[in-house]
Amino acid sequence: MNTRSHYDVAIIGAGMSGLAAGIRLAHFGKRVCIFERHNAVGGLNSFYSLGGRKFDVGLHAMTNYVRPGIKGTPLGKLLRQLRIDRDEFALCEQKQSRIAFGPRGETSLRFTNDFAVLEGEVAARFPAQTDGFRRLTAAVRSYDDVSLDAAPVSARQIVRQHLTDPLLEDMLFCPLMYYGSATEHDMEFGQFVIMFKALFLEGFARPFEGVRVILRVLLEKYRAAGGERRMKCGVRQIVARDGRAAALVLDSGEEISADNVISSIGAPETARLIQPAAPGPQASALPGRLSFVETITILDRQPAALGWGSDTIVFFNDSARFDYACPADQVDPRSGVICIPNNFDYGPELQLAEGIFRCTCLARYDGWAHLPEEAYQADKRRWYQALQESAQRFLPALPEAGTLARATVATDMFTPRTITKFTGHLGGAIYGAAEKNRQGRTGLVNLYLCGTDQGFLGIVGAMLSGISMANYHILQKS
Amino acid sequence: MTKDECKKVVIDIIADIAPDEDLSALKPDVRLRDQLQLDSMDFLDIVMELRKRHSIEVPEADYIQLASLDSCADYLTPKFNALSAKS
Repeated sequence: MNTRSHYDVAIIGAGMSGLAAGIRLAHFGKRVCIFERHNAVGGLNSFYSLGGRKFDVGLHAMTNYVRPGIKGTPLGKLLRQLRIDRDEFALCEQKQSRIAFGPRGETSLRFTNDFAVLEGEVAARFPAQTDGFRRLTAAVRSYDDVSLDAAPVSARQIVRQHLTDPLLEDMLFCPLMYYGSATEHDMEFGQFVIMFKALFLEGFARPFEGVRVILRVLLEKYRAAGGERRMKCGVRQIVARDGRAAALVLDSGEEISADNVISSIGAPETARLIQPAAPGPQASALPGRLSFVETITILDRQPAALGWGSDTIVFFNDSARFDYACPADQVDPRSGVICIPNNFDYGPELQLAEGIFRCTCLARYDGWAHLPEEAYQADKRRWYQALQESAQRFLPALPEAGTLARATVATDMFTPRTITKFTGHLGGAIYGAAEKNRQGRTGLVNLYLCGTDQGFLGIVGAMLSGISMANYHILQKS
Repeated sequence: MTKDECKKVVIDIIADIAPDEDLSALKPDVRLRDQLQLDSMDFLDIVMELRKRHSIEVPEADYIQLASLDSCADYLTPKFNALSAKS
């Protein structure tokens, strides 16, 4: 097997978007091969084993969750397009999430998969903003967010037409930015709408076994449809000839060709592979500046035993304004996201074997990238501690100092450097370049982008990106 | 192939594309879009499944012929019959 040297479509990268594109194309009879440099699929949403445990990376929660029977939303579209039965993902809903602002989280907005809860919280905490919030929600609902050629507008500007309290404004932006903004301080309004729907109007869910369930389903569909994939087999060069991607040179030196090429590895990352360099929208794309550190703490008991049994996700900020930007220091612990995967509703029979406590904060790539190994490890330890302390301020207080440390049985931490090492994304940029390329076109006529730099974000967005680029550029034309 | 058999082919395809839709009470003379939640992505899939499963080609200009089950049957039945006459 795997000996073909020409394909209808070659896909670079076996993340969510590449796999989804592959399923569509293979299902409709295209000869497709996905080339992946790493030995695991998933890209930015993957998992790994360490000390006999499986850890998820990326996915805190699957956004865009709607209950069965609700149609016309991104989750439904993606299930249909990939011929996935929703039971295959076996999604379990969140219990509740919170946005907690102030040095000890004094102002808090709860939200669940029922939007009325957030509406009620806004009305209770910000009574003067109730009407404005209703108008903003109406503007979000009526916005055409799937258009591939809408003009960019500042989301802050539009939100301020409806809301006059900067605290509420920041509190709404915080989760949306943390879960999908590639731009600092502000978002493009179309992105804001996508994220607002994904988090607030729809909601959070997770398979009991985490992201690997989703990846397993995607791989099964892809294989059943006849798709090929080559692992530990990166693409090191895209040979440009006469304005086309004429061939791909693999890490092994082998050369293959394809009628069409879809790259999911990012715009600047793709541009760097093209030889000789080709002008086009990919060529000027700069790597994103937003990266993260995340600590993962494994506990010897369920988080509920610490009094942490109700929150699924907590978005926090301790400062007067919420500053979503590449920090000056290695990490900015003032704001962040706490995820407690145990606190999804797995039903009365099931619970995760161990407690898990994850904490994510903004980080600066070049503060981590070039450190000597010893300093890198020391800084990881130092920031691990700082994140734990910062995050605990926004959860119910523990009985005494040291409780969390005594309950901890294992820890891990990733940094911007880890992200670049395993995913190849420049600058550790989780959400890709600030500038999105909705059409996915490049300077080469048969080379297209999908994934984070095409601009549908989050795990559902990533899959829809692969689907829509495969449909738009390849299936509709044949 | 009869027109009723042709409708069955179309319903089978929709059942696979949109398993979350109830197809038991489809009215043949009413537009599919008015009875089901089908968007342009779904219609593209109906066309592509016709090609994949039955080698029937529907050019883009003719997509409008797939509006209702009746119009599907009027448009597709001769295509199916022409195909089986050839083989």
